[in-house]
Amino acid sequence: MRFYESETKKLIARHGVGVPKSGVARTPADAERLAGELGAPVVLKAQMLAYGKARSDTVRTAATPADAAKVAAELLALDDGGRKPAGVLVEKRPAATGEWSLAFTYDGTAKKPVMIGAAEPGNVEDIADRDPSKVVRRHFSALVPFSDYLAKEMVVALGAKSPDVPKMTAAVSRLAQLFLRYDLTQLDVFSLGRLEDGSFVAIDARSDMEVEGRPRQKAILAELGIAEDDRRLVREPTPFEIEAAKIDAEDPRGVAGPVVEFDGNIGLVIGAGGGSLTLTDAVRRVGGRPANYAALGGNPSVRKAQRLTKLILSKPGVKQIAVMSNVVSNTRADLVARGVIKGVIEAGLDPAKTIAIFRVPGAWEADAAKILEKYGVEYCDRTVSISEAAKRAVDKIGR
Amino acid sequence: MGVLVHENFEFIVQGITGREALNFTRECLQYGSKIVGGVTPGRGGREVYGVPVYDTVREITAKRKVDGSVITVPAAFAADAALEAIDAGIKLLVIITEGIPRRDASMLIEYATLHGARVIGPNCLGVIIPDVCRFGSLGGPAVDCRKAFKPGIVGVMSRSGGMTTEICNALSAAGLGESTAISVGGDPVIGSTYSELMPLFEADPATKAVVIYSEPGGSSEAELARWAKENESRLPIVAFVAGRFMDEMPGMSFGHAGTVVDKKVDSPADKIRRMREAGISVADDIGDIPRLVKERLAGAGA
Repeated sequence: MRFYESETKKLIARHGVGVPKSGVARTPADAERLAGELGAPVVLKAQMLAYGKARSDTVRTAATPADAAKVAAELLALDDGGRKPAGVLVEKRPAATGEWSLAFTYDGTAKKPVMIGAAEPGNVEDIADRDPSKVVRRHFSALVPFSDYLAKEMVVALGAKSPDVPKMTAAVSRLAQLFLRYDLTQLDVFSLGRLEDGSFVAIDARSDMEVEGRPRQKAILAELGIAEDDRRLVREPTPFEIEAAKIDAEDPRGVAGPVVEFDGNIGLVIGAGGGSLTLTDAVRRVGGRPANYAALGGNPSVRKAQRLTKLILSKPGVKQIAVMSNVVSNTRADLVARGVIKGVIEAGLDPAKTIAIFRVPGAWEADAAKILEKYGVEYCDRTVSISEAAKRAVDKIGR
Repeated sequence: MGVLVHENFEFIVQGITGREALNFTRECLQYGSKIVGGVTPGRGGREVYGVPVYDTVREITAKRKVDGSVITVPAAFAADAALEAIDAGIKLLVIITEGIPRRDASMLIEYATLHGARVIGPNCLGVIIPDVCRFGSLGGPAVDCRKAFKPGIVGVMSRSGGMTTEICNALSAAGLGESTAISVGGDPVIGSTYSELMPLFEADPATKAVVIYSEPGGSSEAELARWAKENESRLPIVAFVAGRFMDEMPGMSFGHAGTVVDKKVDSPADKIRRMREAGISVADDIGDIPRLVKERLAGAGA
């Protein structure tokens, strides 16, 4: 879950690392007033999640308060995955005599948190791509409390001058500690600036909190004013996706979801986890266009499968569905068969014509076969591969 | 032979009275696995399918040798359960629990490493040597499990539990079978990665080839590619990367917690390129895996 920059800065300031003077503008008039108070020129940053977007599109400068109003109006009109920006962060950019970039994340190979830095501002991953020799990496521990010497070694390796080492160490150490404390998965300080007076300020920053960490981070989330249902997804869910999430939430048996809407014609009721990835690829590989991604896993009830099927068939342009899965262990194939057939009938359609293929081999497959035969639904067992089943579905439903 | 477990492997289940744990305990026992105890605080003195339940791990380890533990407690208690097992001297943990924050995963894995214990998972289904030992919940009911997993020559490692069964089923149908299958886990921080498990397969005379199932997200495929380049392995490796459609959807997560395309190294295209450069065969079609294994074995003169 991504934080807006204004929120990241609050976390950083809360732990004793300096941040630029700033305010969040909700309107162009706000921005003009803030620019006047802070003293132009100012930097304006659209408060966006901006997944996959270049920072240059969302950050601008303004020379005068009037200019700030104009720029803010443009930034507030940007699209952020179906949302509008949550305001514009107006900042007085401090004059830095030196700048560094830092990133804190987890290294899946070392299985440890890692801090990565370079002696220039920017995205440290990009700097590493261009010239790995510019980048310093230091692993730290999620088991042993963070020790300042790790930060000290880091800042010395990054070329800090000796008189600056204590203050820069303190800043890096505090950032590492807040990274751990708030269950962040990524903390980027694109610019850690040294000011004339020898203090260090996080000038540009971004962070993400792990969704799985949210239950134990309620206090800080409340302090930042982030609601429990504010999920900060890449894009706003569609009504179809919201309905699917409701179906999943209303019945604790098994998992139906996430459901993601695409613009194709092939309705997919597919197994969860890796099976869902493999099946979606398999359909696309033979030229099929999925109408949705939907993962049905765990041991879902008949009702859950039924409601999900009916929902998928309600999507305009979807006349047929493919029900497919990897060889299942937990999921009962017979319950899935009953559920999807019920869902099709409830949608006023004929299961034999609507279900292009049923491939859910594994637990209770013999019982599933009996039900499918009764309704004349084409099904196949584990001797038919995922790719072959996907091809049959696409051949029948059309590309 | 095979890796990690063996015929006389004896393990416990932490969280044995949970719904899923009850199922796989029964399934493991029917498969012939040796479960010597279970732990659920507050349920000490009961039995689950004849397996005695205790409040603590030490009550079991004080009396007998325990080779491993399957952990299925809720995410908030998983790190605690792992530390309890490690302190009681257990050297192999399978953590099935999903949704453990990576700070906890990283912490417990470091603790395990310091104590000479190995962690498989989190968010995995465990390990199986077909017809010898099932350690975890791979394959479902024993009768279905026997259909999918057959003794053979391929070592399998997979980030998806369900796809472990699917791929092994295909390898079994092709007459290749599996030496050992390991569901390594779908989380961004897991205890044992492909490249760390490769030396085990390398040393196992039963294993003649290795099959990898992977997904977008993380650096374990890049790490495997590096391992393959640096080590002159006798084992041909065949890989499959699912979720290619995700290259068009940066930042969105599908399937597992660790499955997201954010950095370049996360992308299926990047993983495939690195692995091919390292001499790993990458199947474009999941159905091609058994054929590629046979071709590589024929090429290796096996």
